[in-house]
Amino acid sequence: MRSLGSGGTALPGLVVERLHDGAAGALAGQLSATALITGTNGKTTSAAMLARILRADDRAVIHNRSGSNLMRGVTASLVEAASLLGTLPRRTTAVFEADEAALSAIAAAAPPSVAVFTNLMRDQLDRYGEIETIARRWTEALGGFPGDATLALNIDDPLIASLESQWSGSSVRYGIEDPDVPPAPEGEIMDAVWDPETQDEFRYTRRYFAQLGRWHTDAGARRPVPQVAADQIDNAEQGVSFTLRFPAGERTLSLPAEGLYSVYNALAAAAAATALGVPPDTICSALESHQAAFGRQEDLLVNQRRVRVLLGKNPSGLNQALRTLQAPGERHHLLILLNDGVADGVDVSWIWDVDWESQAPHCRSVVVGGDRAADMALRLEYAGFPAPRAEVTRDTGEALSRALSGVPEHEQLVILPTYTAMLEVRQRFGRMGASRLWDVA
Amino acid sequence: MSANWRLNVAVLYPELLNLYGDRGNARALERRCQARGIDAEITPVVIGDHWSPDDTDIILVGGGQDREQRRVQSDLHRRGAALRDYIEDDGVVLAVCGGFQLFGQHYRGWDGEIMEGIAIFDAVAAHPGPSIQRCVGNVVAIWEGETVVGFENHGGRTYLNEGQQAFASVVSGFGNNGGDGLEGARRRNAFGTYLHGAVLPKNPRLADRLIALALQRRYGSDAPALSPLDDRAALRAHAEALRAAFSPAESAIGRRFA
Ligand SMILES: [Zn+2]
Repeated sequence: MRSLGSGGTALPGLVVERLHDGAAGALAGQLSATALITGTNGKTTSAAMLARILRADDRAVIHNRSGSNLMRGVTASLVEAASLLGTLPRRTTAVFEADEAALSAIAAAAPPSVAVFTNLMRDQLDRYGEIETIARRWTEALGGFPGDATLALNIDDPLIASLESQWSGSSVRYGIEDPDVPPAPEGEIMDAVWDPETQDEFRYTRRYFAQLGRWHTDAGARRPVPQVAADQIDNAEQGVSFTLRFPAGERTLSLPAEGLYSVYNALAAAAAATALGVPPDTICSALESHQAAFGRQEDLLVNQRRVRVLLGKNPSGLNQALRTLQAPGERHHLLILLNDGVADGVDVSWIWDVDWESQAPHCRSVVVGGDRAADMALRLEYAGFPAPRAEVTRDTGEALSRALSGVPEHEQLVILPTYTAMLEVRQRFGRMGASRLWDVA
Repeated sequence: MSANWRLNVAVLYPELLNLYGDRGNARALERRCQARGIDAEITPVVIGDHWSPDDTDIILVGGGQDREQRRVQSDLHRRGAALRDYIEDDGVVLAVCGGFQLFGQHYRGWDGEIMEGIAIFDAVAAHPGPSIQRCVGNVVAIWEGETVVGFENHGGRTYLNEGQQAFASVVSGFGNNGGDGLEGARRRNAFGTYLHGAVLPKNPRLADRLIALALQRRYGSDAPALSPLDDRAALRAHAEALRAAFSPAESAIGRRFA
């Protein structure tokens, strides 16, 4: 069971689940700690960062990778790590991405020592249902958590902050404290307009993106003070540096990744690691050496062209990704791959909620591909993009080679794929022998 | 002669009823007007705003989750009489998804709670409960002999009372309730539909119909004719949506309306 092919990590779990009913539960009982990470955006990178931190803390780590975050992926990870006798190494900590709709089931099979909630935003409504439904499921899931579990909560999202009042155990709050973060553009999509409990409108003294920011209500509810916080954030093309505050003091660090969402991912991992007793120095050095989970934010060198791959799967996530590409004077070539498979979201309407308008001036040329390339091309026409050089319906490979051939040497191609398109791009780059930029730089 | 044509477009509750792409509809109207030298003034109307439909030519209202629909309900009721007058006076409306439900007689949510609508359409909607499948997927419907395409995602099922005209008939997808083959509702110049995904950019004929109806109402026989536009991108997206609706994957999961 040890050889899991690349890109196919969910299947062995299905097989294993059928072979050993209850195998996951028995193995989960041997874990010394379990971290579950759930929320709309940031699960994969936060989980990868946390896994790295825990390894740096000399633990054996089980981690379901590749966005294979459903129940089956969890079972597969546990069985993969077990010896033939069905035992796990001592001091093994599990880090599981929990699909926001599957949190209850995953928590029942692998009771969390720490549960991280990153944010709650509109995402693939055809698949996950309404935000209210997710919030209700989370409340139910909390009822099944062990009493000594710790919640790590992104309190900049009022929908996440409200979980604290539904939990009688301990929690670690995280958030951004920097007063100089540039505000979200007017009219950007957000999902928490008012408090579901009191019906009070959320007001913001600062809003960073979507509904994340420094919020309060007229009735006196307000964003609590975070115990793990980021301040003095400095965003540059080589990465983002900031001050990370812990209950036990502060450290300065730089991440080899860009954007505010990278800061949030690091905060999520740092808060969870703090809850698991990892010292700040270990946390910071592990974070600094972290490379982005493949495809979420990936820099590659292909035929002398810099290629960056940014996964886009919902409006808030993609708006954030785009903002890392909008430095003054920055210009690049774009390849947008829009698929409408179940894993991408069958409904492609969300592209209308993405702020492509502010991306248009940074775009030298654009190629669109994937199942819904024509939908994407129409959206870009509305946003004032240069006319797409080609629409290569369905054929990702052809779209990719056309895009690459249109980029002059030493210029940058940015690829924005949906999930299934990302897997395809990854496979093709693998075959082409693309090297990671950080490996050669 | 360069007449200064203009149309006032009001978008009701854009901060709440904006589920998945509905904002694209205002963009489509704006763009297609501008291309013909017609000024389209887009006005967002939020809860509590002083606004009456008097000087309005087109009203857009989008979709929302149940909680957002509940939230706008009382404000919408305050405007109910004015909106009914506007529609009797041939004012143009496009009400999508949750907005469509709110423009009906009432909507019974998944928890059994009744939300009264403003009774523009003689239709009732009910959510059969959280355990019942939602109506989700690509839709193809026939409206006046032409295809309209979009995406539907609704728990509520709408039933038209006798005498209430539908907007279109379903070829693929669920439509109002997955049973009677009807999609949306139409009363005078008011259109209700479950099709979101920014229905107007991909259905340029429908967008132009709303514009033409509004111009006729404001300018009568002086209304300008709508010149044809370069709609190649829109029609390609339309064709792509048709293909998606009839793809083997869609019919394999049994979503096709027989
Ligand atoms: Zn809808």
